Amino acid sequence: MSKVREIMETMEYGPAPESNAEVLDWLRRTPAVGHFINGAFVNEGDLADVINPANGAVLTQMHKADAAQVDAAVAAARAAFPGWSALPGHQRARYLYAIARAVQKRERFLSVLESMDNGKTVRETRDIDIPLVARHFYHHAGWAELLETEFPGHTAVGVCGQVIPWNFPLLMLAWKVAPALAAGNTVVLKPADLTPLTAHALAEICVEIGLPAGVLNLVQGNGETGAWLAGHPDVDKVAFTGSTEVGRVIRRQIAGSGKKLSLELGGKSPFIVFEDADLDAAIEGVVDAIWFNQGEVCCAGSRILVQEGIAPRFFDRLRDRMETLRIGDPLDKCNDIGAVVSAGQLARINGLLAQGQAEGGTLHRAGAQMPTTGSFCAPGFFTDVAPASTVVQQEIFGPVAVAMTFRHPDEAVQMANDTRYGLAASVWSENIGKAIDVASRVKAGVVWINATNIFDAGAAFGGMRESGFGREGGREGMREYLVPAWLKQGAARPDAAVSWDPAPTPKAAAQPASSGVDITARHWIGGKFTRADGGQSASVRGATGDVLGQAAIGNRKDIRNAVEAAAKAGGWGGVTAHNRAQVLYFLAENLDQRRGEFADLIAASTGQDGAAEVDAAIRRAFWNAAQADKFDGTVRATKTAHVTLHINEPWGVMGVVCPDEAPLLGMVSLMLPALAMGNRVVCVPSQAAPLVAARFMQVLAVSDLPAGAVNIVTGPRDALARTLADHDEVAALWYCGSAAGSAMVETAAAGNLKATWADHGRMRDWADPAQGQGEAYLRAAVQVKTIWLPYGA
Amino acid sequence: MPDPISRVTGVAFDPSWFASQAVNTPAAERRAATLTTRRTVKKDHQAAWLCKAISLIDLTTLSGDDTQARVQRLCAKARQPLRPDIAAALGVEGLTVGAVCVYPTMVPHAVRALAGSGIPVASVATGFPAGLMPLDLRLAEIRWAVDQGAHEIDIVITREHALTGNWAALYDEIAAMREACGDAHMKAILATGELKTLTNVYAASMVAMQAGADFIKTSTGKEEVNATLPVSLTMCRAIRDYRARTGQIVGFKPAGGLKTAKDAMAWLILMREELGLRWMQPDLFRFGASSMLADIERQLEHHITGRYSAAHRHPLA
Repeated sequence: MSKVREIMETMEYGPAPESNAEVLDWLRRTPAVGHFINGAFVNEGDLADVINPANGAVLTQMHKADAAQVDAAVAAARAAFPGWSALPGHQRARYLYAIARAVQKRERFLSVLESMDNGKTVRETRDIDIPLVARHFYHHAGWAELLETEFPGHTAVGVCGQVIPWNFPLLMLAWKVAPALAAGNTVVLKPADLTPLTAHALAEICVEIGLPAGVLNLVQGNGETGAWLAGHPDVDKVAFTGSTEVGRVIRRQIAGSGKKLSLELGGKSPFIVFEDADLDAAIEGVVDAIWFNQGEVCCAGSRILVQEGIAPRFFDRLRDRMETLRIGDPLDKCNDIGAVVSAGQLARINGLLAQGQAEGGTLHRAGAQMPTTGSFCAPGFFTDVAPASTVVQQEIFGPVAVAMTFRHPDEAVQMANDTRYGLAASVWSENIGKAIDVASRVKAGVVWINATNIFDAGAAFGGMRESGFGREGGREGMREYLVPAWLKQGAARPDAAVSWDPAPTPKAAAQPASSGVDITARHWIGGKFTRADGGQSASVRGATGDVLGQAAIGNRKDIRNAVEAAAKAGGWGGVTAHNRAQVLYFLAENLDQRRGEFADLIAASTGQDGAAEVDAAIRRAFWNAAQADKFDGTVRATKTAHVTLHINEPWGVMGVVCPDEAPLLGMVSLMLPALAMGNRVVCVPSQAAPLVAARFMQVLAVSDLPAGAVNIVTGPRDALARTLADHDEVAALWYCGSAAGSAMVETAAAGNLKATWADHGRMRDWADPAQGQGEAYLRAAVQVKTIWLPYGA
Repeated sequence: MPDPISRVTGVAFDPSWFASQAVNTPAAERRAATLTTRRTVKKDHQAAWLCKAISLIDLTTLSGDDTQARVQRLCAKARQPLRPDIAAALGVEGLTVGAVCVYPTMVPHAVRALAGSGIPVASVATGFPAGLMPLDLRLAEIRWAVDQGAHEIDIVITREHALTGNWAALYDEIAAMREACGDAHMKAILATGELKTLTNVYAASMVAMQAGADFIKTSTGKEEVNATLPVSLTMCRAIRDYRARTGQIVGFKPAGGLKTAKDAMAWLILMREELGLRWMQPDLFRFGASSMLADIERQLEHHITGRYSAAHRHPLA
């Protein structure tokens, strides 16, 4: 029988290897990859092997950067910054466009190189990774072109230190480098030590297209190198993608440094299948979710939640589908699953799988033929697991999902949100109303409806909760690499002479700022005036040193109570924006009625023009009320027949710690945008003039705010800020205080990776609308949720 | 050859098998689009797959100007779809197409021309392609074609029944046609380009299978849109679901618009991935095509010689 006849019997696919001859030539010419500093390739530092995980072969070697190379790279970026940031956007656009074109021209080379370095299939690098890289540079060439008109009043941050993971080596580089360069920053990037090669090739492309020296620098190395880079005193912005554990370390490491930070961390993303879903579509969704890139995807739909009635059928089909997956040589164009990135990663995955089984989970595994060498991991999924199981809690980062059932949409949402993470979610239902309802209730930065793992340079990507903060892609991504021009200019805030001494002050009789009976200064918690938990008050002195009255001394428990009240007031985020606007206008109206007494009290407290501050505060209230129903989300042009929604979601419970100065205006400038966007607020008011806040509580009391939407706790600023920063229920914290306090807040915020906005002790001019209000405030009061909805009849 | 399958009997009409089955179009399109990027077949394997494709072709002529001589020429090609030297080089001497498909009045010519070849004759019937004739005439047409020696009957459904959701009427009609076919195998053409939505395609597929169709077929070749991968994917999934419910095995025939060797590979990959190897045999899978064979011949000649071939080097169908 002829060979052709034989194959006609078996109808096997046969081998379909992608040629790697050119890449092997390149590797022979590149005995080691080093660093790319100031436009030159620098081969310094200890050598380590770069291994192809599919066969264990040594591809080349890699130099590990020491502090000296990191210093040199940062110095080069610093030296290049003035020239690069001063270029017209159009000139930067030309360079980014050239990189995009060059990547496209080298698409196959880069695809093969990426596959060999990482172990992922060439099908994916060819169809997904590299085209997205080119798209990202094109898209950001556009932002560079439009920068002056689209982001007026903003400047580049400076030198960016970027650390990226090994799961999408060149794509993560593009996500980091493209927006940074578009915005006028210069960059030092550290690729992952397991996958240094495509970054090196991209550096060669940068030379080829004539990118000015020092604009993009690479340092190769491991976590130690990354730590040097992130901690380098001359780095202005740190961007990190990787594990939550390391993200937390970086957050603490650079706390108080004033560096801007974005973190894209781990996930355990829910994949929710309702009984009215197209089940075959959802099955393919699982393939694209957890069996994509060997499951080494931070946003992988790794927790499959299936409605109970269809679960047996769904799991049967999933088992069947698993059997047709092909595992093997990543360069074979016929394979679905390649090698995991390293033997170490494979061991880690296997350890978790063993633990999952030891805890009673049933592991369903594909019976596909596996290569006998290389780091390959058969796809699979767990059943008989519960939310308490280790494999449900922890990110496996391999091609194995966990599957559980739910009874109804409420339980689906409850289970979906039962995680520290909040990166992505996938919702499968043919009922559009149900799907969007669930999408809106899931805590995740990206939600795909009837789809999964769809990316585009124009769509924001990033997490909530301990999956990090900041977004990559689109307008939001650009903002991570820009700062309002005024932010860098403020003078240092002097330490206020405040004393929270609970002892009586017999030598200084109270001089009420306005005539009348003594005020009982309390906290405002849960819509009630509440006494300090500690039962203590302190005398507050005015500008002249006279005692003006007493303010309650808040402590940890007062903050705890306030946060609890705020957490219960979830309805505030659900009322219409019009309704929130009305409440804020009403608040302004009530403030206006008492302008005289506030003016007197402010003047007595600060020695400044109280009437002017009250006027400014009322105007600010109007501005924020006006924005409540106007600061909208967007719909983006991404892919054909995909609605890509960007929704501004409130954080939930926010803490705002107010500056000493401008006790009324500073407070409303921080509190009201947070409220307007639907957050509940726990406010620590000016510690220098807490009586203004105490009086403001009376305005709050008559302004139709639901109980708990705003809470005010007076007391020693940094002690209360510390409790807020430590509190896991608080999702975002703004802090206007001292440099040391900012460091403390940022360090403590690492606990739940809450987003912080600390002023590092630099004052702003609250009376200037350019500084005291604006888009910066509104953006900081929301987190963007990107919802993808592919459509077609 | 694989084990023969027992013939489909159909089941009682049951709309619950499809009524709540919505097909998500973007997801189906995505799966269809990635089928051919996830799989590829090269070199000897590609040659073998293309030879297999030839054996699965219902070599078709369905034109108003068909004549006896035209049909004879087609049948000659059906007996010897590859130039003998090419067949010999590949070691596939004796390879034939799956069937010849013609209009009813051409059946006698085809039967004569194919005598002794073992190649079955398929006839379209039931007022092809629109099907808008009285039912008794359509049934009579089936019986006439079978009488003339057709082994397979490709019927068309009344699109109105599908578009208005009158699934019971559709079931009754197809069941009557199946009965009229007798021992001839029946392929139900759904005219999917006119059903428009994949949800309709799924429902019509399920009704046709419940009514006893041996094959479900996408198109007449006369609609504006003929066989597409998303439609075929949806029909394959219906076949899989029907089998899961009944144990009965139904065949699939994409038709219309299949013109290239690349198309042949795409649909073979679809069958292998979604239904499995068993559906890569002529008793369960056919291509309805006329010009596709010519492209396959050129590709196979190239496989042997390494030189790109030209159409005029291969005998006309």
